[in-house]
Amino acid sequence: MAFLIPCPNCGERGVTEFRFGGEVNPRPAPSASSDEWTSYFYRRGNTSGLQTEWWYHRYGCRKWFLAKRDTTTNQVTETRWP
Amino acid sequence: MMQLFRKDRMWTPRPLKSRYDVVIIGAGVHGLATAYYLTKLGITDIAVLDKSYIGAGASARSTAILRANYITAEGIPFFRESLKLYETLSQDLDFNLMFDQMGRLDLGHTDSAVYGLRVRAEFNQMLGVDSSIIGPDEIKDLVPAINLRTGQTLPIMAALYHPPAGTIRHDAVVWAYGRGADHGGAQIHPFTEVTGFLRDGNRVTGVQTPVGPIHAGTVLSATAGWSSTIAAMLGIKIPIVTHPLQAMVTEPLKPFIDKTLSSANLHVYVYQTDRGEVVIGGGVDPYPSYSHRSTLHQMQDLAAHVLEMLPCLREVKVMRQWTGLCDMSPDYAPIMGPLDGIEGFYMTAGWGTWGFKAGPIGGKSMAEFIVTGKTPDLIKHFGLDRFRTGRLVNERAAAPAAAIH
Ligand SMILES: Cc1cc2nc3c(=O)[nH]c(=O)nc-3n(C[C@H](O)[C@H](O)[C@H](O)COP(=O)(O)OP(=O)(O)OC[C@H]3O[C@@H](n4cnc5c(N)ncnc54)[C@H](O)[C@@H]3O)c2cc1C
Ligand SMILES: [Zn+2]
Repeated sequence: MAFLIPCPNCGERGVTEFRFGGEVNPRPAPSASSDEWTSYFYRRGNTSGLQTEWWYHRYGCRKWFLAKRDTTTNQVTETRWP
Repeated sequence: MMQLFRKDRMWTPRPLKSRYDVVIIGAGVHGLATAYYLTKLGITDIAVLDKSYIGAGASARSTAILRANYITAEGIPFFRESLKLYETLSQDLDFNLMFDQMGRLDLGHTDSAVYGLRVRAEFNQMLGVDSSIIGPDEIKDLVPAINLRTGQTLPIMAALYHPPAGTIRHDAVVWAYGRGADHGGAQIHPFTEVTGFLRDGNRVTGVQTPVGPIHAGTVLSATAGWSSTIAAMLGIKIPIVTHPLQAMVTEPLKPFIDKTLSSANLHVYVYQTDRGEVVIGGGVDPYPSYSHRSTLHQMQDLAAHVLEMLPCLREVKVMRQWTGLCDMSPDYAPIMGPLDGIEGFYMTAGWGTWGFKAGPIGGKSMAEFIVTGKTPDLIKHFGLDRFRTGRLVNERAAAPAAAIH
């Protein structure tokens, strides 16, 4: 397995059971400027290092949760419910 | 040891100066090609800095398939010009790059895939790219080893045949551009990492390195998978996500296939090298990462998928597997030019899984951009501002299911 993710519900499982859902990227208010919407749609931190991201346990409990992952090593240091 | 017996070095190590007209970050195919074409335009006071060895990034890991059968009116002429430059590059750089124009088949296994291939054939022909649709019989003639999958799931219904496509020796391209740039006066500095920028308000005036600041008239980032880390040093987020891409190669076999084959439906592409090894690749890993570790899972997937197409590889051993980082853009098109609100700085990125073939024209265009300060016509649709104005290029339509390279 490439790496393991501790699902808050099911415990440590292989990454292929999960679907990546993107880095945390809060949706702007409907009244936000078009530049804020451009950021929301396209601009990404794409951090080299610790990043907080969405994951979905597709072949498990089918729940979305947040994970902190070091993108240089793929080590997941923390997971929690949103 | 080898260096002892080598009469002419590929490039000369020189002491790092404190100022250059142009500093290029990243010594991959794009950084070195830009340096080379800059020297051709009379700019010779250049330093190319890399945090690792020359070509350590995706350029050293590329499967180096060259082709021009793209789908958009913006992408096709750009890649067509690159392929043209590649055709004479061995002579221009006086280095055998082993460009083998073996031709390529993009296979369609569903009605919608074949429809997509037809659209590409039409656009390609209109824009002067040799590419046409062929049926199963012709496919079998060109590639006798192929399993047409008649009566199975995902039968091969048609292919987009693109005769001038081929493969090239990727390391040689990088070295030859490096040598050409060096002979033109540029300096190449491996193991010199850029850790920050020198700024005067909105203007970039140089780069910070562990061995001290280096001033520059213009700075270009050609760092592909690391582009976001460079942008972050300027406090900017860009529309790039870094995904690993893996490939693998088998033990050498007698020559049995002389086309590159690609199937978006089967998520796999494959060709045989001059040494007889079979190179197999597919889509990016389904999560972003800066890790170069390959996975058993992807090896199994690639093996399973290639056997659907070439069952004769059943008993063949895999020799090596490797990973490179890809700077994926939302529309699978490059991002070339300045960043909003910053002067004296350019970026060439968005090369994803497809950028090796763009090295020559990407480098030539960026060199022209830097010298004239004006956007060259060929790349006017590839600016970062397209994400603000909504004018995306949509090369993604050509490859709905991975396998784009
Ligand atoms: C497995 C694989 C197969 C591929 N197959 C194909 C293919 O068949 N056809 C095709 O056209 N394309 C292919 N590609 C894509 C292609 O290889 C890349 O798009 C291309 O090589 C990018 O070149 P580059 O010069 O922009 O970046 P790179 O070659 O990645 O060079 C970037 C350089 O920047 C350096 N760098 C990063 N950060 C810093 C810093 N802070 N300071 C100094 N230096 C830094 C890195 O060390 C690196 O050497 C493939 C990629 C991979 C990984
Ligand atoms: Zn779970």
